Amino acid sequence: MPSGAMWRSCLCLRHGWRRLLNRPPGGPWASVGMRASIPIPFRAYAPPAERKRFYQNVTITQGEGGFEINLDHRKLKTPQAKLFTVPSEALAIAVATEWDSQQDTIKFYTMHLTTLCNTSLDNPTQRNKDQLIRAAVKFLDTDTICYRVEEPETLVELQKNEWDPILEWAEKRYGVEIGSSTSIMGPSIPTRTREVLVSHLASYNMWALQGIEFVVTQLKSVMLTLGLMDLHLTVEQAVLLSRLEEEYQIQKWGHVEWAHDYELRELRARTAAGVLFIHLCSESTTVKHKLLQE
Amino acid sequence: MAALGPPARTLRGLLRELRYMNAGTGRPYRDTAAYRYLVQAFRAHRVTSEKLCRAQHELHFQAATYLCLLRSVREHVALHQEFHGKGERSVEEAAGLVGLKLPHQPGGKGWEP
Repeated sequence: MPSGAMWRSCLCLRHGWRRLLNRPPGGPWASVGMRASIPIPFRAYAPPAERKRFYQNVTITQGEGGFEINLDHRKLKTPQAKLFTVPSEALAIAVATEWDSQQDTIKFYTMHLTTLCNTSLDNPTQRNKDQLIRAAVKFLDTDTICYRVEEPETLVELQKNEWDPILEWAEKRYGVEIGSSTSIMGPSIPTRTREVLVSHLASYNMWALQGIEFVVTQLKSVMLTLGLMDLHLTVEQAVLLSRLEEEYQIQKWGHVEWAHDYELRELRARTAAGVLFIHLCSESTTVKHKLLQE
Repeated sequence: MAALGPPARTLRGLLRELRYMNAGTGRPYRDTAAYRYLVQAFRAHRVTSEKLCRAQHELHFQAATYLCLLRSVREHVALHQEFHGKGERSVEEAAGLVGLKLPHQPGGKGWEP
């Protein structure tokens, strides 16, 4: 048995190791201050414990500001301790479903709608409408759909076949010029295009704009976001188009489940949450809802 | 317009997701607010027979988006549990990977309190 243990956790072979390390006590290693070392606690680097589910029932009530979520009898609050209210009943039900679907521990990283509502209510980055619009339109300069590669040939073809129709649709729908580019500086967007898009986005309210900016950041493309807002693309299609090069490489080289599939699901979840948020917060849908109820 | 497929398929998918979500709890999924809202919304919009009704298309798009959200979150959590949720191995498990065992010293190691 090695008495002057050099290693804090000593791994021994099952047989025969003791014979080889026949050190006398107080050998050359005794002077090394290993005895003073703190023993490692079990699972030193375990992640911090997640918050357990502390409520039984999730219900929705209607207050003055809108719809509120109740966890048992407590009212849900935002991270900045404001009362959590949403303008749309469908959105409130979806948020309540998110909270209700947590089992044992609360996984905040899966509750995308709650996060979006919290961001809209708290506005932690303290941006106003113009700043949000400018942040979203800024992505146009490096829009995924406009930024093309030059080689390999098959990828160039794929980008042309998949992305050009979206550009054509957007150019026709908004009456603007966009174009694509292979230069490292990105496409040069005419000022008029920028103005048209800024004024189009200005017709949305603050909540919807938070959602728009979120989706643009996730997909790295303003064009794809416009396609989703105008019901031209489904979420699955938009995510596929955003990840076109990655999907191409996956087809060529194979896919890694714990990375590719994981990221794909996460991107789909975030984008779907953002798009749903935009639609439920846009005033046009609530007006139509009232008309149908008559 | 986005290719969404038949609304019945979207509704069926949504009900399936709700069922999976409520499988862990004791409550039947038909009691949830989400189920009631979805069924009511789909029923209300079925009344118009026009195929090009914009409100109908919008509702279907939102339903399909919500379905994508529920499905992706469920699959994301499943992948997370499978690949990223295990935390760190204990010292015994780490030793066991290469076929070693920790020493068992009945008197305790000299430097432990």
